[in-house]
Amino acid sequence: MKSRLLPLGLLLVGLIVAAILPATGLVNDYLQFVLISVAINAILCVSLNLVNGWMGEFSVGHAGFMALGAYASSILTVKLFPTAPTALLFPVAVLIGGGVAGLAGIPVGILSFKTRGDYLAIITLAFLMIVKSGLENIPYTGGPRGMLGIPRLTTVAWAYFWCVVAFWVIRNLVYSKYGRGISAIREDEIAAEAMGVNTRQAKLVAFVTSSFFAGVAGALFAHQLQFINPSSFDILKSTEILVMVYLGGVASLGGSLLGAGFVTILTQCLQPLGTWRMVVLPSLLVILMLFRPGGIMGYRDWSWLKPRLSIKPRGKSSEESQEQEKITP
Amino acid sequence: MSALLQTRNLTRQFGGLRAIGDLSLTVDRGEILGVIGPNGAGKTTLFNLLTGIYPPSSGEILFDGISIAGLRPSEIARHGMARTFQNIRLFRQLSVLENVRIAYDSQIVCSPPDALLRTPRARLREKESINASLELLDLFQLGSLAEDRAGDLSYGAQRRLEIVRALALKPSLLLLDEPAAGMNPSEAMQLTDFLRWVHGKFSLTIVLIEHHMQMVMALCDRIEVLEFGVRIAGGKPEEVKANPRVIEAYLGTEGDLP
Amino acid sequence: MKYLIQQAINALQLGSIYALIALGYSMVYGVLTMINFAHGDVFMLGAFFCLLLIAIVPVPFWLALIVVMGATAMLGTLIERFAYRPLRNAPRVSAIITALGCGLVIQNTTLGLSPYARPMPHLLENVTYQFSGITITLLQIIIIGVSVGLMLVLDFLIRKTSFGMAMRAVASDRATVPLLGVPANEVIAITFAIGAALGGAAGLLYGMAYPVVSAAMGISVGWKAFVAAVIGGIGNMRGAVLGAFILGAVEVMTVAVLPSTYRDLIAYSLLLLILVFKPHGLLGKPTLQKA
Repeated sequence: MKSRLLPLGLLLVGLIVAAILPATGLVNDYLQFVLISVAINAILCVSLNLVNGWMGEFSVGHAGFMALGAYASSILTVKLFPTAPTALLFPVAVLIGGGVAGLAGIPVGILSFKTRGDYLAIITLAFLMIVKSGLENIPYTGGPRGMLGIPRLTTVAWAYFWCVVAFWVIRNLVYSKYGRGISAIREDEIAAEAMGVNTRQAKLVAFVTSSFFAGVAGALFAHQLQFINPSSFDILKSTEILVMVYLGGVASLGGSLLGAGFVTILTQCLQPLGTWRMVVLPSLLVILMLFRPGGIMGYRDWSWLKPRLSIKPRGKSSEESQEQEKITP
Repeated sequence: MSALLQTRNLTRQFGGLRAIGDLSLTVDRGEILGVIGPNGAGKTTLFNLLTGIYPPSSGEILFDGISIAGLRPSEIARHGMARTFQNIRLFRQLSVLENVRIAYDSQIVCSPPDALLRTPRARLREKESINASLELLDLFQLGSLAEDRAGDLSYGAQRRLEIVRALALKPSLLLLDEPAAGMNPSEAMQLTDFLRWVHGKFSLTIVLIEHHMQMVMALCDRIEVLEFGVRIAGGKPEEVKANPRVIEAYLGTEGDLP
Repeated sequence: MKYLIQQAINALQLGSIYALIALGYSMVYGVLTMINFAHGDVFMLGAFFCLLLIAIVPVPFWLALIVVMGATAMLGTLIERFAYRPLRNAPRVSAIITALGCGLVIQNTTLGLSPYARPMPHLLENVTYQFSGITITLLQIIIIGVSVGLMLVLDFLIRKTSFGMAMRAVASDRATVPLLGVPANEVIAITFAIGAALGGAAGLLYGMAYPVVSAAMGISVGWKAFVAAVIGGIGNMRGAVLGAFILGAVEVMTVAVLPSTYRDLIAYSLLLLILVFKPHGLLGKPTLQKA
């Protein structure tokens, strides 16, 4: 019991720290911005990792789900309830952002039943482009020029909170029957079916969870930048998230954190390069694929992230052992 | 009803190729049925049809009285039909324990919200699944390898693991596709004893595709012979062995096919 | 009626350009079962190479075409050699990601070097022909003509030459083909070169037809040609051409009725729609998974 409370306690402490950090004046605005960005990117990374890492698919459309979350939440805070008390409104807006994105994950998930590999990549690409160009044609949300004046509601505390929630939920999923089913699909979908895995259900769970959290990240993103437009959520954004996944480690919670942290900081350091920054990231992707496609922590995780397995000590009676010796080939 | 599995006029076409033609056979509860035939006879196709990997072009499949043609493989598996594959299709990247648990998972009830929030009920199921899977692994002397990567196991251990995984489904019918592939005659005979033990211990009905003739003769209660997707003979091992049509098809001398 | 014919000519022009690019995607998918996401950016570079060439030495149209096609052919071969060949036996996902990365590197490098869209200077005197109220320009005739001509040459190459046969052999069974004496690597390299050359030609023609050239063209135009190839059934040459003309027609019709910001939306929605009902494209064939 003790060791179950310890991580919880640490997380709460972290939350308190995150909440009071801005007020202490120890951390300037820029640093807060970076911390929030790391958290948002971590959510994006771990959620994409569910589909691309654990399930072994290739979704290019993550930025599209992010866009849906960003816009849905912003519509709530800017257009519909601009005067509502933000402490109450913001979490609701984020949840709705996630919800809208999660709903969008359902048709994509369904499409993945019959298509895999290249064709699913194409479908997710089409999804991304449709969301982007769809948003460009909606005057209500500002069309191609986007939405301005989004209230700055994302604090370090909120970002940290949602990041912890995302990692916790996805960790639970990965170490549950659905998570195992998802990994089995990656390894061998036909064998998975033959072994009783309801692959359709597993795929839906993966896609909806993944897109939900992408939406959450999008909502946090919108309320940090205070300005969003469709081109914020284009293929380059999806590529950024892909780099985080494949750099940090596919199918790894710790890897997702690492990848997000590294890429966020790298992006910040490369700011002075301007447009050339956008050459570095894809180059990094190519180099990763050529030399270390699993990333830093591919398919592995730190033990403190995994749930404890209570494995009974297995002793055998000598009788049984003798029987085994004779028969097993 | 003594027939656990029945096919009636089962047919499967792939474009112009008739892989299985008008096949009607029965598998009785508790028996060990061998399916033999030269390469290309349609044996694995038969297994794929039975397990739902693709639907029949026509005909019926009745499993324990239920028509299963057209059902998804996972549903058929949950009804109690398990199989191993000719080419060993383990989840190589995953651990030995996870391989077994995945099959066992089909029996635990855990809704998505339970899983996502890791409720006490979910945790209980997890614990049950781990313990049950480990027990099963221990029975087959794979328990000490539980945390190892399935792909790293020796060939023999992998074959065993595939059988353990299939057994985790608590099947009533076990389909084995060339379990002795790649084994020399003495290993094959050891496997024969092993399968006899499994058959008894788990009260199974077994259908076995094999090329190792000694194994088939020693293990099977009955044999069906396929050639070009069609049943050309069937019956007790001695009958089949002596059947000139079968000998003509491929049983040259006693022994294995190249 | 005249209006329809006018639009049909526009559709033919756009479709021809898409077809040239789409063929490159399909050829590469055919021999390597790989989506060459960088191809759209090779098309873009075709236009930029042309710009560069004319800026250095003004050459006549046909010479520019040859030089640009040569340059993009070399580029295509280089990308294949250094970015794709090492991943020949890696999981498919790695290859797609690399292609995406390469494309983005090319696009953003070009963006860095030329942040603003540039006009393409004229390569030839445009003459307008009129008959019975329908206007057609020399440019349109040349674009359609050159495109169709190149497609015919490619078709001949694939069906009637031994190289074409080698290409089709590699497309059906890459692993066994070297055992039969076919140099798979060389065949693949040349396939890439041809595909890239066609893409480069398309870039030059596009620059001439819609004379503003920008680094974003790879995604805005090149990827639409990819949509066309998938609609037709990727890996299938006829499909690529079919898809290209269908897409050209749809786009031209869309722009006639809706604001031009709807182009992408309609194109990608069409793609999704077709994939839902025909997951392998109009002319594509599903591959059966064996157990």
